[in-house]
Amino acid sequence: MGEADISSQPVAAPAVELVGITKRFPGVVANRDIHLSVAKGQIHAIVGENGAGKSTLMKILYGMLRPDEGVISVDGTKVSFHSPADAIAAGIGMVHQHFMLADNLTVLENVILGSEPRKNGVAIDFAAARRKIREISDAYGLGVDPDVLVEDLGVGTRQRVEILKVLYRGARILILDEPTAVLVPHEVDELFENLKELVREGLTVIFISHHLDEVLKVADAITVIRRGTTVATVDPGSVTARRLAELMVGSELPSPETRESTVTDVVALSVRGLTVRSPDGRPVVDDVSFDVRKGEVLGIAGVEGNGQAELVEAIMGMRASTGAILLEGQDISHWPTLKRREAGVAFIPEDRHRHGLLLESPLWENRILGHQTKRPNVKGPWIDRAGARRDTQRIVEVYDVRTPGIEVDAAALSGGNQQKLIVGREMSGDPVFLIAAHPTRGVDVGAQAAIWDHLRRARAEGLAVLLISADLDELIGLSDTLKVILRGRLVADVDPASVTPEELGSAMTGAGEAA
Amino acid sequence: MTTTTGPKDTFLNRLLGRIPLTGWLALAAPVAAVVFAGLVTALVLLVTGNPPVETLTTMVEYGTQPRTMVLTLNSATMYYISAIAVALGFRMNLFNIGVDGQYRLAAILAAAVGGSAVLPGFALTVLVIVVAMAVGAAWAAIAGILKATRGVSEVISTIMLNTIASSIVAYLLVNVVGVRRDNNIGTRPIPEDSWVPGVALVPGTQAKVFGLIFLAIALGIGFHVLLNRTRFGFDLRTTGANREAAIASGVNVKRMVVIAMVISGAVAGLAGMPQLLGASYSYSLDFPAGLGFNGIAIALLGRNNPIGVAIGALLWGFLDNSATILDLQEVPPEIVQIMQGVIVLSVVIGYELAHRYRIAAEQRKVSRELAAPAAVEGAKA
Repeated sequence: MGEADISSQPVAAPAVELVGITKRFPGVVANRDIHLSVAKGQIHAIVGENGAGKSTLMKILYGMLRPDEGVISVDGTKVSFHSPADAIAAGIGMVHQHFMLADNLTVLENVILGSEPRKNGVAIDFAAARRKIREISDAYGLGVDPDVLVEDLGVGTRQRVEILKVLYRGARILILDEPTAVLVPHEVDELFENLKELVREGLTVIFISHHLDEVLKVADAITVIRRGTTVATVDPGSVTARRLAELMVGSELPSPETRESTVTDVVALSVRGLTVRSPDGRPVVDDVSFDVRKGEVLGIAGVEGNGQAELVEAIMGMRASTGAILLEGQDISHWPTLKRREAGVAFIPEDRHRHGLLLESPLWENRILGHQTKRPNVKGPWIDRAGARRDTQRIVEVYDVRTPGIEVDAAALSGGNQQKLIVGREMSGDPVFLIAAHPTRGVDVGAQAAIWDHLRRARAEGLAVLLISADLDELIGLSDTLKVILRGRLVADVDPASVTPEELGSAMTGAGEAA
Repeated sequence: MTTTTGPKDTFLNRLLGRIPLTGWLALAAPVAAVVFAGLVTALVLLVTGNPPVETLTTMVEYGTQPRTMVLTLNSATMYYISAIAVALGFRMNLFNIGVDGQYRLAAILAAAVGGSAVLPGFALTVLVIVVAMAVGAAWAAIAGILKATRGVSEVISTIMLNTIASSIVAYLLVNVVGVRRDNNIGTRPIPEDSWVPGVALVPGTQAKVFGLIFLAIALGIGFHVLLNRTRFGFDLRTTGANREAAIASGVNVKRMVVIAMVISGAVAGLAGMPQLLGASYSYSLDFPAGLGFNGIAIALLGRNNPIGVAIGALLWGFLDNSATILDLQEVPPEIVQIMQGVIVLSVVIGYELAHRYRIAAEQRKVSRELAAPAAVEGAKA
């Protein structure tokens, strides 16, 4: 368990030091004997599975919660925070995952909101504020214009405004909670540049994430949290993503690799000449044809926004299309969504909150969603509450959905557990064909391994799977057949047994035809 | 990591009760709101130079007299039906603002059919009710179809349909079905053997409660069963809670819009029936107005829950009828409207606060229950 090859031995007092932090909620311990030492001028990443206690720890550090035991020191001085205001006064700032900006105000107005500089005691001194924002923006290379409206800004810039807001209040230590979750790849790179600039100027960054690749790329030190306690602090130079993941889950990690082929020659789903047009008549899915056989996983690789979402929605009957879709030889292209589902098309949607869940409904009602006409959920026109509850209990047990019960709202579960519930639901009732769109997006590694296992098992039992993913390892590891989609067309077939993620990556961008 | 409160956790969804409140909070919020509204009303009374305590006690005393209680039940019966019609739409994100027009148009046409006495006795009663439902449904269907096929907001179309309904009702009353009597003009009265007799529910008074109160109760039960026990109700709630997920799950949302509007309109058509078949037997100039708009307030107050709506309807009926005493006290009866307005506002705020509290409490509870085994395991390690 204890892996503690702390590489960086800070000479000065650490910017933040936590010793023996324990936080109990009635009956439980959320954080237990946490030890963390963040050196000044470093990017220190904190990684851990969903629910491992990262949030509790950050709330303690930011003064939102008070620890029951242990000592917090900032710059070598023992501190005790009663509220975030105390933390801010001590130079700690927090950039939340969800931005807290007013769209209809300018950057300047957003930044000074709540700590407006005063002129003559009453008027707001906009000139002074503008000057200070410009100074900060220039000093750290944030490139933020104080006078534009926030609604006109992209996600990456908004995040820089959030950072600026924290710096404006005098923070020397920044906590970033999952900052990359909302960013696209090039924005992530920009963010990392900004963070490096910040530490170059002597600031300290604490970075929470579960994207291990990113953490390895940007952090100077990484602390792993598992089940409420810090299990190791490692040097990113001497650890692999795989080793980190193993530290997070505390066991050897299963790989997505599928060993032997279970592909049969029975075609489950056949798509011929499928075309989807955008409202302006441009084809977003352009003359796509493929077959998925029973026991086969067909992977579709592609940079997001190349027609994957539209392809999925066309197959589900949620979007108008031309061309033929045949399920077990039967033309279903004019069927409504419900009939397709009844015929055995299962669907793990890309955005589970938007398409897959009723967040404010109990788990057992979520079990019914998408299966409103099937047993054990209904008897004729009546909802079979007992049957649905029983089967939800089964899914919770078989698919290891971590929940205190089936009566809690779906919103109360972590992303990984929500996804396991959806996977369990869609695997119920003997589906013929499954669309799995980004099935492990935004879930922790433990849930990811479990979901891969379930997909593999279903495939072995003869399920045909259309896998759409942005995770190249997942695509290569799970797929029997792999196709590349680019601007709505299937442009290449690649052999998942021999292709490398690098080759696949270049095929996706249209750089060259893969084998 | 972060427990997600989804995109659908909007203020509007909470306001309309599509996100349920459970336990004591569901009760505490509206009770606190009504108490608060009482205090505000007392303040208004004080400012306008009326004795607050005395006025309110007079209202309560008068309101609890057997005769007033009957009147309260009668008003509440109609308010309840109207509010249930509104609530049905609300549960699926449809704002049927048009209940007002639907019930008045339904009432005048049903009254005309009743006055023509085409059938004898009870058969005519049934026919009148069926006509009312059909007219309400048809009038609401216009808005439903416009929304499903043309994307017209039902808020706009039902408001316009209200105005159109007013004009049609006036035209029909004056030119087609109306008969002049003294200073009034109304449809021919429905024959006595087709009336719905009142029931003596409240002891100590000759006044009788509308027989159709039982229809209102049946509607409440039907509403609950339809929404919570049937596939159709599940689809309807799903569409209201998360339209995108409903589409992905195979619900034909456009069809649901039309069906929900039709059902809501059919129920709205019934709102005037207790009065028509139990008291006035004819649609005339003094037929009760504004049932639809009060229904919206009551549906909000009761969070579209059949029991909550019943309590709201009773409260509204009580306030309306106990206010008649205020004239004798030389207190303007409009004070009651101020109170009703304040109640709606404070209930909305109360529910919102209770909701926030509940979300936080549930998340704490889940993380506590999930962390418990982990902590035990951790202690062993």
